[in-house]
Amino acid sequence: MAAFFNKRNIVVGFILLAVIFPFITRNDYFLHVMTLAFIWMIAVYGLNLLAGYTGYLSLAHAGFFAIGAYAFGLLTVKAGFGFWPAFLLAPIITTAMGFLIGLIALRTKEHFFAIYTLCVGYIIYLVIDKWEGLTGGVRGLIGIPAPSSIGPLTLSTPIAQYYFVFVILLLVIFVIYRIIHSLTGRTFIAIRNSEELALSLGISTTKNKLISFVLSTFFAGIAGVLYACFIRFIGPDIGNLNITFDLLTYMIVGGIGTMSGPIVGTLLIVWLSQNLQFLQDYRMLIFGPLLTLMVIFSPRGISGLFALWSAKRTRKLKPKTSNVEEQA
Amino acid sequence: MDVLLQQLFNGLTIGSVYSLVALGLTLVYGILHIPNFAHGALYMVGAYITYTIMTSLGLHYLLSILTSIIAVGMISVLMERLVFHPLKDSTPIQHKVAAIGMLLFLESFAQLIWGADYQQMETPFGQVIDFFGLTVTMQRLIIVITAVVAMILLYLFLKKTFTGATIIAMAQNREGAHLVGINTNKVAMLTFFISGVLAALGASLTSPINLVFPSMGHLVILKAFVIIIIGGMGSIPGAILGGYIIGFSESIGATYISSDYSDIISFALLVIILTIKPQGIFSKGGV
Repeated sequence: MAAFFNKRNIVVGFILLAVIFPFITRNDYFLHVMTLAFIWMIAVYGLNLLAGYTGYLSLAHAGFFAIGAYAFGLLTVKAGFGFWPAFLLAPIITTAMGFLIGLIALRTKEHFFAIYTLCVGYIIYLVIDKWEGLTGGVRGLIGIPAPSSIGPLTLSTPIAQYYFVFVILLLVIFVIYRIIHSLTGRTFIAIRNSEELALSLGISTTKNKLISFVLSTFFAGIAGVLYACFIRFIGPDIGNLNITFDLLTYMIVGGIGTMSGPIVGTLLIVWLSQNLQFLQDYRMLIFGPLLTLMVIFSPRGISGLFALWSAKRTRKLKPKTSNVEEQA
Repeated sequence: MDVLLQQLFNGLTIGSVYSLVALGLTLVYGILHIPNFAHGALYMVGAYITYTIMTSLGLHYLLSILTSIIAVGMISVLMERLVFHPLKDSTPIQHKVAAIGMLLFLESFAQLIWGADYQQMETPFGQVIDFFGLTVTMQRLIIVITAVVAMILLYLFLKKTFTGATIIAMAQNREGAHLVGINTNKVAMLTFFISGVLAALGASLTSPINLVFPSMGHLVILKAFVIIIIGGMGSIPGAILGGYIIGFSESIGATYISSDYSDIISFALLVIILTIKPQGIFSKGGV
């Protein structure tokens, strides 16, 4: 029984569940919620790479999400680009902005970095909100095209869009997994654990922190683009601090610095919010304290709790094996 | 010339409030080394409590402020006990997230109790007076005077009393303070109390000329962060000076550059400063 719940089976099980989900519900609204949750997950994975694995909490993440969405929206609506060229170009634009901001932001550390990025995020929001000539200000951008078809595949139905976003999410998770388990990923973790130690081991912390930052903005950009073409309307609110705090909540509740954390946290909070619709404006009344409690009692979130529990169980079952640590 | 003088006086008013808020933030940073993101929420709660006591109990403005600052001080102490004290051995990210959690909670809480609408606070000091050739409202004058008095009292408390000296000792060296027999828990609670008092005082003073609403703390707390970075994290004179620098540059910028972008000025200032000196201007050495 214990062997049945190994890592691979859980992953395969989740993928299968996600694949058959549209056939279980047959409800367009649930499909919509789920697709949106997938988009948030991509953004949370980006945040997790930087905050969870490299140890730098960026509070400008919603800003980069908004840059991705607006880059895509402006390219298609105002510059007349086709869907696919804009789809490829928008994350690149976001990444370029991320590179420039990262160059400066990463000169600061810890609290300074958090405060600096908080201010950068706010500036991005203010610029989007006030620059009416370009972004349309509070009125936002409308008429953003939905995904166009890939050869014979049309992406206009909700089910098709669900699978489209799902496939990109899988790709993102795969890429993140490979990054974390590569030398670069190990380097990020080394920087998180001790920047001085990493530096004295001969790791170029400046370069690696920048790579991590740029990658995280890239994923935020992808999520923003998907959001723009899925919702097809964007307003300055998507760059607001509240979105950053939402993403942060997903990450902390799910488990900061874990592979499964962004999925667990996003799914849990999104579906809880759905069931607490009557609380919509006041949901932070529950999630705010939840965030604080999580940080105090389980710093690595639900995934961390689960890893701890399964490690304990394995230890009980096979007292002499030493592979317990690897589970975490 | 008149416009400039008027704007300078406005800058003095805004700067006084910013200084009060930044002082609370810098005191907490000084002893615990945590950027308290929930400080802006305390500011907002302070304004609402004053407003509620004035409207529902009909107390005088000044009495309401007094009740409010004590209440917010208590909330602040409670927050230290329940949230920051259990976290004292954790990583910096955890502190920040915990503070953000409290910020989100308090904002939602305010929205639940008082609604999302903008409220106007009445003041008994609305009359316009002539002050050395400037026409100013009594309220603005009171803001400046109260803020300066509060700062002087705080300074005397920190420098001249034994209790105040313990706060400074703990800011200089936590272990050292502990070793010479200072009760660090008590000092932490006291510091959070003062910090809450200053936030509520700033909010209650400025509410009659601005408005009261659940997210009123957002901009103020961001600017307070800018201020304590400019003034050096943990530095008390730096917070006061930084508050007035931001206050003046904002009111002058709003008149001569653009009022649309006046909020951006302080952030742009911060981005420029941190770009040139990542450690802040007046900080002494490492973070």
